[in-house]
Amino acid sequence: MKNRIEKRIELNAPVSRVWRALTDHREFGEWFRVRLDGPFVPGQIVRGQITYPGYEHVTFEAVVQKMEPERLFSYSWHPYSVDSKVDYSNEEPTLVEFKLEQTSTGTLLTVTESGFDKIPSHRRSEAFRMNEGGWSEQLKNIESHVS
Amino acid sequence: MSPESRTGTTVRPKEVALLFAALGDQTRLSLVTKLSRGRPQSISQLAEGSGLTRQAVTKHLRVLESVGIVRSAYAGRENRFELDLRPFKDLRQYLKFVSDQWDQALSRLKSFVER
Repeated sequence: MKNRIEKRIELNAPVSRVWRALTDHREFGEWFRVRLDGPFVPGQIVRGQITYPGYEHVTFEAVVQKMEPERLFSYSWHPYSVDSKVDYSNEEPTLVEFKLEQTSTGTLLTVTESGFDKIPSHRRSEAFRMNEGGWSEQLKNIESHVS
Repeated sequence: MSPESRTGTTVRPKEVALLFAALGDQTRLSLVTKLSRGRPQSISQLAEGSGLTRQAVTKHLRVLESVGIVRSAYAGRENRFELDLRPFKDLRQYLKFVSDQWDQALSRLKSFVER
């Protein structure tokens, strides 16, 4: 059991093409299925409506973190904050990072989403102090009991 | 698009974070490991050989109880603790849900840039 998600995918398209698909807000919207109100600008919030059938009532909201051309694009958001009864603003966002690398056939894209273990500040207490790292290894032991 | 937990309620990111945090401590992990052997155990049993005082064990058990990983019941006069694995299943289900969404989005991205 891990506290982050990592995906790697080989794309048969040049890095410049992939970069545009990720960072041009209209192109991003095409594959991500969201209609964004404006462009991605580091440090700024971008909002939009999900266009995926059945989920048009869901709002996409992210804060753009880094845009290093053709290398790194990142934003923080609340993953799939679809429950309209929940105020997600009190919860810690996760960080999504897209990393691009040129390969002989195109682009290797690595997507990571991390921060699932971050505690909202108002819930942080001595009891929930994170002290040791390396616990994900031990979680495997627990996982064997879960499956 | 919303992850349903086994109990039929939506798994919340905050709960996921609290679970991870509750486990982000070697002492609590060692208690969870002890409890994962299956049998409900008393505070004395859990403290035995751990180098921890009963008070310390109690404190950590309360944290685990607060996120629902551990539950207690009286057996006679003694309070016994056992693991409840449902939160782990919910947590795993939540992460799997987010992971599946990425698989789908990235496969759409692939078709989009390769066409």
